[in-house]
Amino acid sequence: MGRLFAIEIIYRGIFQKTLATRISRAIVIAAHHEGKMGISFGRYGDSPERNGIPAKNFAIVATDEQTLEEGMAKYEPKEVDVTLCVDDTLCKGVESWAWYGLQPVNKLLKPGGTLIVTSREGPEAIIAMAHRKETPYQLSILKGTVSFSGLWVYKDDHTDVRLLGAIAKVLPDLFSLQSVQKAIIDEWKDELKATSAAKSYERTSSITVQPNQGNPEVPYKFDLPKWHEMGEGIAIPSIPAGHKMDDPTSHAQGGFQPDRNPTFKKFSTRTMRPVVNFDTCIKCTLCWLQCPDSCFDVTPEGLYDANMQACCGCGVCEAVCPVKECVTMVNETEFKDNSSQWEDWRKDKDGYKVWLQEKIKSHPERSHGFRYRGQYEEQIPEMLEIASEK
Amino acid sequence: MAVATVIEEQKHNIEETALITGSEAIAVACKLADVDVITAYPIRPYDTVMQYVCKLVANGEMDCEYIVAEGEHSQFEIVKHASACGARVFCGSSGVGWMYAMEALTVTPALRIPMIAMVGNRALDDPGAFGVEHNDALAVRDLGWQLVWVDNVQEALDTALIAYRVAEDRRIFLPCAISCDGAFLTHSQAMVKIPSQEKVNEFLPPYDRGDLLLHPDNPITVAPQGNEDWVMEIRRQNYAAMERAYGVIKEAYADFERIFGRSYGNPFFEEYMTDDADIVLLGMGTLSISVKVAIRQMRKEGKRVGFVRMRWFRPFAAEELAKSLQRFAAIGVIDRDYSFGSPYLGGVLAGEVRHALYPGPGKKPPVVDFICGLGGREVTVPDVQKMAESVYKAADGKAQPLTQWIGLRE
Ligand code: SF4
Ligand code: SF4
Repeated sequence: MGRLFAIEIIYRGIFQKTLATRISRAIVIAAHHEGKMGISFGRYGDSPERNGIPAKNFAIVATDEQTLEEGMAKYEPKEVDVTLCVDDTLCKGVESWAWYGLQPVNKLLKPGGTLIVTSREGPEAIIAMAHRKETPYQLSILKGTVSFSGLWVYKDDHTDVRLLGAIAKVLPDLFSLQSVQKAIIDEWKDELKATSAAKSYERTSSITVQPNQGNPEVPYKFDLPKWHEMGEGIAIPSIPAGHKMDDPTSHAQGGFQPDRNPTFKKFSTRTMRPVVNFDTCIKCTLCWLQCPDSCFDVTPEGLYDANMQACCGCGVCEAVCPVKECVTMVNETEFKDNSSQWEDWRKDKDGYKVWLQEKIKSHPERSHGFRYRGQYEEQIPEMLEIASEK
Repeated sequence: MAVATVIEEQKHNIEETALITGSEAIAVACKLADVDVITAYPIRPYDTVMQYVCKLVANGEMDCEYIVAEGEHSQFEIVKHASACGARVFCGSSGVGWMYAMEALTVTPALRIPMIAMVGNRALDDPGAFGVEHNDALAVRDLGWQLVWVDNVQEALDTALIAYRVAEDRRIFLPCAISCDGAFLTHSQAMVKIPSQEKVNEFLPPYDRGDLLLHPDNPITVAPQGNEDWVMEIRRQNYAAMERAYGVIKEAYADFERIFGRSYGNPFFEEYMTDDADIVLLGMGTLSISVKVAIRQMRKEGKRVGFVRMRWFRPFAAEELAKSLQRFAAIGVIDRDYSFGSPYLGGVLAGEVRHALYPGPGKKPPVVDFICGLGGREVTVPDVQKMAESVYKAADGKAQPLTQWIGLRE
């Protein structure tokens, strides 16, 4: 019996779709240079075509045709040798369909498999974000910012080939660096990219993550109903409009809280989240009006608290808020939970002020696209620095 | 994937190898066939083909009239007219998009238009679902469309070329829809051999509409009112064309093998491990992969199971299929479709297989029908093993439910 390899690429819809496709293609082509055969495909659904939504690409490779067919006789691989995660905020989890809930980024990794993450964070931060796994796995960090390489005007930043070089290092049975370089020449006819792959190959190292390390939360589980338990006519219960808010301290009723879908939480769709300064808010209602996901609870005293189970991190509230630094988008990697900012503020207003000032330092450089004209040029020196780091 | 066997590699005409999806393969076939007019309207999974064609045109690799219509009905109407004017045409759709074009689909075969369409098989709404089901393409099964199913990327490319050759044959002049399972084929990339232009030109003569050409120099009126004095004879002509298609398809595959060196064996259906089989399963499309993997496992346990994968559904090679199926003690048909309220409440394919077996002189093995894989649900290896178990019981004379839902939460 031959050997089967599976690699998944976890990425964000639209922005990183081209990048993910380039990587999974090149994996198959590199393996082809070693006499292996394979297929490359994306998760079939809406996620690749939706801004920022966690999506997946796969490459399946085998040493012979019959083994490849065994790998193909499934909708998606049930286990993988390597998981590539090209946006570190996705280490908090992946949720492609509403009813999947938040699923661990390392869920499909075989025991001893490697999670490769592109990030500027250190291993501690990445491990803390990822759910615990029953078996040890390897973690390898490829230094870099979140890449949009290949999307419209975004320049080729070599993230694709650097990841390919890293795969050759952590999974040498799949293919050698030489085969990766041949595939790069086939696909892009670019010597410089081949050199980038080699550099990344040299630099790649990994550490072991033990079962007691990581986010201890138990991932969301679900059972789908049997056909005769389901209602007929494709009609499902809807979400009621909402109700008055209950002040947790005084129990006064007031404001407005929309009801939310209890099984559809948008934790991992965002790369950044708003932080609200309740002391400077002028209660203009704009954030509440413009938020596409009805995230804001109107508190009994008329403040606006963004609910972090509903927020998709689009940044509209920041854009419309007329008060300087009243709503600030902050990198998602800065947060460990989804608690209510308003409740935290009410408990300790001075403490909240300090917390807020600390958080808003981590204003995202880029999220769903660059944030202003010329930002790309500004970031080139920083990226060059990453490239020359040892 | 084992279908296309490379028999010989002709040295003077080196084929290129490329990693492409089933949809890209169809687009590449359109380029090689030098299609003149292509119409598009987006619906997943078919839309991947229009994207690739668009790319080929934009990159200057392909020269064709590329029209984005305002809906599927116009999309199919435009190519119908273009074909009447002598243009080689291509279009396609999926699921309810295909159904929205239904009126245009209906009139196309009657006018003897050799349109080639790709159906990226998709479940019919509602509920909105992208996954594969075969009911979309099957909806035109009685209307004069030739229907063919493929199960791998190479076969998609090759079959598109064969489809042009067959459809545009003056003896046929009927449209042909190539069914590609959504996701499994339309969206997954595999290595394929791309035939050289030289060989394609040798295989595929230019489209010649002859006396049926709609052109000022050849004044004709197409589709006048007919009524009861004319309709039956017109239908009989279509019947004859479809009858002839059987032979023309055989010719085309033989020529394909001669020119490209790739053989598909029997054009109408592929047989897998049937030589010594006790029982067989029969199905269409990419579920073949799970079935083959399951068969190899079952054979290790001494169970001699075979598989028949139908390629051409219209024309349906009934006599040939019946002759083959009569060799087995029982047959399990895998339907990735449904036909509510049909005889024994079975799927479309099972009905056709039973029909094919009934008039023949030979024995009539029991046929058990399995409905599975709907809406893109994966057909798993254990699912296939479960089906084979039931077929074995039927072979032993133990009554089995004639229609069974497999892989359903019940
Ligand atoms: S970022 Fe702001 S506007 Fe966007 S979903 Fe979150 S709360 Fe709403
Ligand atoms: S937009 Fe800013 S100022 Fe206006 S209500 Fe929202 S947080 Fe307050």
